[in-house]
Amino acid sequence: MTNPSQSLIIKMVSRTLATFIQVFGIYVIIHGHYSPGGGFQGGALLAAGILLIRMTEGREESQPTLATAIATPLASLGAVIFAGLGVVILFFGGNYMDYGAVPVPGMEVPVVRYYGILIVEVGIGLAVMTGLVSIFDDMVRTNRQSGPDMGRGGMS
Amino acid sequence: MDMSKGKKILGFLSLLSLTILLLVAVDSLPKRGLPDAPAHQVINAAGNTGAGAYFIQSAYEDAATPNMVTVVLGDYRSFDTLGEVVVVFAAAIACYLILRRREDEEK
Amino acid sequence: MSDLLEYVQDRYAYWAIVLLMIIGLYGMLFKNNLHKKVVGMIIFQNSMILLFVTAAFKWDATVPVRDPEIDVQVVENYLNPLPHTLMLTAIVVGVAIVGVAFALLIKIYDNYGTIEEDELLNKLESPSPEDDGDCDTNDTQRSSSPKGGSA
Repeated sequence: MTNPSQSLIIKMVSRTLATFIQVFGIYVIIHGHYSPGGGFQGGALLAAGILLIRMTEGREESQPTLATAIATPLASLGAVIFAGLGVVILFFGGNYMDYGAVPVPGMEVPVVRYYGILIVEVGIGLAVMTGLVSIFDDMVRTNRQSGPDMGRGGMS
Repeated sequence: MDMSKGKKILGFLSLLSLTILLLVAVDSLPKRGLPDAPAHQVINAAGNTGAGAYFIQSAYEDAATPNMVTVVLGDYRSFDTLGEVVVVFAAAIACYLILRRREDEEK
Repeated sequence: MSDLLEYVQDRYAYWAIVLLMIIGLYGMLFKNNLHKKVVGMIIFQNSMILLFVTAAFKWDATVPVRDPEIDVQVVENYLNPLPHTLMLTAIVVGVAIVGVAFALLIKIYDNYGTIEEDELLNKLESPSPEDDGDCDTNDTQRSSSPKGGSA
């Protein structure tokens, strides 16, 4: 899986498909308030798009899409967005994660909660996407390390 | 170290008895799709407001969001969701620690 | 006859879940290959997810997304959103668990060259001079060997 695919058809189809998968993933995160969807599902879709490119273009060629080195820091950034929003609310005198306590001028309390949920969903999506990509990268790297043994044992 | 034959038969018997036990226990579960099941009640047996019914009734008033699952995930139970995100992050870190360590040592 | 049909209709989902659960348990207990044990664990996990989703089901109800034409105050109109939320997070945690499990399997295979349980126990109890607790030499030797084909 670390080597680029030899077939031109697979490369072109997956390149085109990955774009639409990722656009749909962003749609699922943003539109999660009005239809089934949300951060977890959208994050999994975004990760699927990146992993499709990883598998067809090879690991080295697909680094510009999402570098292996920044995947784990981005996952922690997603968790920090989530936890940091809760801490920000503490400064306004509310309970942890009680979005309604933030006084935003010209907004009713339910609308403030609406945007609080949106920020949380973006954080979840970021963390899930980069977490899955990071797990995949770790496994594939080890497979390459023991590459010559592939034919001998049970792992494939 | 192959599993001995007696051990295997004992295991199969215990699995079989567990299956029968669970199939009998299914009879005491609420029937599938019955709106009167304890989980769906507005006022539950203890006299408190049922969680599922409360979420259905007041999710839109509380957060102006039509999707109730999103409201429960991001607002009512957001602390729980924070834990889930931390679990995913911890899994990524654990994979990193398990698989990448030797490569760094070699360098 | 219709009584029997009703009896089955009320319970067949639970029976299927019990069956899936037993299949998963069988895989975890009796299979020799560690990879198959993990697959059994995934089946077990999914049976529990199905149990909760079944518990959320109501006849003649719609999905828990507010429709302006359907009254929210009548609870019977909407499915219970709470089990759906819990299982949404459980699925993601399940993926994380499977990731860590496979990472451990890869590590075991790197060190011992097998993921069959009995061979693994044999190697752990009576290590051959080649594998004599000295996994690192084995690995250095392996990674310094010519990598045929894998660029």
